[in-house]
Amino acid sequence: MLKLIINGRQVTAKNGMTVLQAAQEAGIYIPTLCADPDLEPHGGCRLCIVEVEGMRDMPTACTTTVSDGMVVNTETEAVNKARRTVIDLLISDHPMDCLTCVKNQRCELQEVAAYLGITERHLPMTITERPVDDSNPFFTLDHNYCILCQRCTRTCDEVTVVNAVEIINRGYDSKVSTFGDKPLMESICKSCGECVVRCPVAALVPKNNIIPTSEVETTCPYCGVGCMMHLGIRDDKIISVKGSRNSQANNGRLCVKGRYGIADFVHHPQRLTEPLIRKNNVLQEANWDEALDIVTEKLSGYSCDQIAVIASAKCTNEENYIVQKFARTVLGTNNIDHCARL
Amino acid sequence: MAGLATTFGSGAMTNSNNDITDAACILAIGSNTTETHPVIGFNVKKAVRHGTKLIVANPRRIGLVRFADIWLRQKPGSDVALLMAITKVILDDGLHDSAFIQQRCENFDTFKQSLDNIDLASAENITGVPRNQIIEAARMYARNSPASILYAMGITQHSHGTDNVMAIANLAMLTGNIGKPGSGVNPLRGQNNVQGACDMGSLPDVCSGYQKVTDPAIKEKFKAAWGIDLPSDTGLAITEMFDAILQGKIKALYLIGENPVLSDPDASHVREALSNLEFFVAQDIFMNETAELAHVVLPGTSFAEKDGTFTNTERRVQRVRKAIEPTGNSRADWLITCQIAQRMKAKGFDFEHPSQIMDEIAELTPSYGGISYKRLERGGLQWPCPTTEHPGTQILHTQQFARGKGRFMPLEYKPPAELPDDDYPLILTTGRSLFQYHTGTMSRKVAGLNLFKGEEEVEINPQDAERLALKDGDRVRVVSRRGHVTAGVKITDASSPGVVFMTFHFAESPTNILTNPVLDPVSRIPELKVCSVRIEKV
Repeated sequence: MLKLIINGRQVTAKNGMTVLQAAQEAGIYIPTLCADPDLEPHGGCRLCIVEVEGMRDMPTACTTTVSDGMVVNTETEAVNKARRTVIDLLISDHPMDCLTCVKNQRCELQEVAAYLGITERHLPMTITERPVDDSNPFFTLDHNYCILCQRCTRTCDEVTVVNAVEIINRGYDSKVSTFGDKPLMESICKSCGECVVRCPVAALVPKNNIIPTSEVETTCPYCGVGCMMHLGIRDDKIISVKGSRNSQANNGRLCVKGRYGIADFVHHPQRLTEPLIRKNNVLQEANWDEALDIVTEKLSGYSCDQIAVIASAKCTNEENYIVQKFARTVLGTNNIDHCARL
Repeated sequence: MAGLATTFGSGAMTNSNNDITDAACILAIGSNTTETHPVIGFNVKKAVRHGTKLIVANPRRIGLVRFADIWLRQKPGSDVALLMAITKVILDDGLHDSAFIQQRCENFDTFKQSLDNIDLASAENITGVPRNQIIEAARMYARNSPASILYAMGITQHSHGTDNVMAIANLAMLTGNIGKPGSGVNPLRGQNNVQGACDMGSLPDVCSGYQKVTDPAIKEKFKAAWGIDLPSDTGLAITEMFDAILQGKIKALYLIGENPVLSDPDASHVREALSNLEFFVAQDIFMNETAELAHVVLPGTSFAEKDGTFTNTERRVQRVRKAIEPTGNSRADWLITCQIAQRMKAKGFDFEHPSQIMDEIAELTPSYGGISYKRLERGGLQWPCPTTEHPGTQILHTQQFARGKGRFMPLEYKPPAELPDDDYPLILTTGRSLFQYHTGTMSRKVAGLNLFKGEEEVEINPQDAERLALKDGDRVRVVSRRGHVTAGVKITDASSPGVVFMTFHFAESPTNILTNPVLDPVSRIPELKVCSVRIEKV
């Protein structure tokens, strides 16, 4: 453990930690727009600059590792003045439609600007409207809101290693784009949405952007990785999915099916809602009593070696346990299997 | 699973999802990881980015090939020959872990002798992999420790799938790559709860926790708990059930949440069998190709409408929580089965909540003994978790193998049951797309996913396409000895010459009409990964 002083307070930190991590762990806020716990330190947005005794200029807290006895000041006038200049530059080409923006109150640029006391635009708006990439069915890439923090491109490089998006061009023409500057749908993008999760502003946003009233943590029903996820619920409908960082199965990450492939099937109009019984060779709706009576009567009519049960790798452990118990104790057969081999 | 059970004593993934990033070398064989286990695919690619060596063994140019140090493009079905040759090179070069073999394993001398008649020339001939690549891969795997092996259905769905798995187990034991972080033999399970369904005893030969139904002590234990004598004959495997139905032996079937008409080999045979049943009750959340044949269909609920647990590929038991009310008059699947049982006057089905079922599971299943909903509130637990204080097990076989000593198994290469000939000159192999899932019952209901992959495409090498005068998007008829399906054509060098690839997501192009139902004699897995076909332009 190392000891350092941040804003006059003694703080302990582990060797190899950055000043930003040490401050965050001690509950000291340092504004940043490019740092992310899953990404390598980047030092791109310049908002986490601090003063460190004995160091020249103002190093970025996210790229400076702690050392024993370090004395850090995060809140000097010089530091905040420089940070305000960064925000002034960022908002000089950022739309000011916050109230109607999909990211309103969840926007990190808004949060940092408020922290720094920005109440007006000091520089003239410099950029005209840019095109929006609407090609992906699940999310939109709107360059007008992009602040070029590179969280998305770094995510696509460091977290998913797909490398579908990269910064192209230079200066005012810089933008997040794909190989050949093609729409996302024509790129190698796998639509996992990991970039969307990390976008601090409204540049990468899900097309379905309703805010849930509650969230429930559960496990994805697709493949065997077992990603845990938070289902966002509003009016008894699933309206969002977020990867859970609580599970070591996925550490917060999801793929395209987990993130965007849940609500449409759960709430699909073709879901079976009533039992069906075959009458005159057609399956017709029936009530539960009628259906269960037939099942009970029919299953009781066979000897144990005439019956088989196929259980499901989609069902829960409890359901599989109950079904095999049913097969073995009620039907009296070991003729039970599921699709493990398929 | 049978292969690992024989060699190690447990059929599950030895290590954990996160642990893959600790490997110095990863051998991914018969697993298209980035498409079928995308988040584990992230781990593999991230590991490579941080210096892990990657060997991909796959007949297809899968996504991981771009990240691989070595790509072994073996002919479909030649894995045993490839793995034995790698094993032979490691032994000949003296790169094996003698201490590990001596302390932890048995049957090594017999195994070693069995390698005497392996030579690289015939391995090259059988697998199509140049011998220098085999040597290079063997050295890379043996010299970079710890090394992890990932595999999936590309290894198991063969008429000799158990041999494939044992060949992998031999390789890992030979190099001491068992029981430590970043090593292991890691079968990636295909479905969300296929591990759990096996753990719970939805299998013809075992009750929960792989307790053999033929073992008198186990029968006694369950008799004491359930008050009923368990049937003692091993039951029928799913693939055998359909034969038994057609032979008139099985007359009634209760099927839950499966769609064998699309997922099983020789689908016409499955359909014929299901149509032959005197009584067929299906339970599902959607009408599908299988439920359409039922006499009674019971509406179950989706994962979002019920409480429970799933066990993932790394043996981690995690909560499923009810987020919304059941759709319409659907009912949770556990409740439906309990209600049928109670109507049949059975005792022991009066559960009010799945947590009570888990309590019974814990009581009767040693590996789940310490698992309860209360503990799962604090996060998932990896079995074996025998007691309420046990933290769960990230890595299996750390001190000794589940069966005591790891057993080396001498093997012999056997070709796939059906090989190309003049009438059916191409090999068909099957798999999944990232954007769809299994038979599509769920994923095809998602409009956005259909934009990425909305219909079946036969992936064919440019050479074969030229010979057959095919161009991208042409419609073709794919014909095997068992039937034919039509689909579009996608020309790609992902397929090697002579090999075509199809998924089985689409009911309009039911690929499994074509596949070969011949079974592995031990695991009773069908040979879905290799059959012979011809392609005709429509």
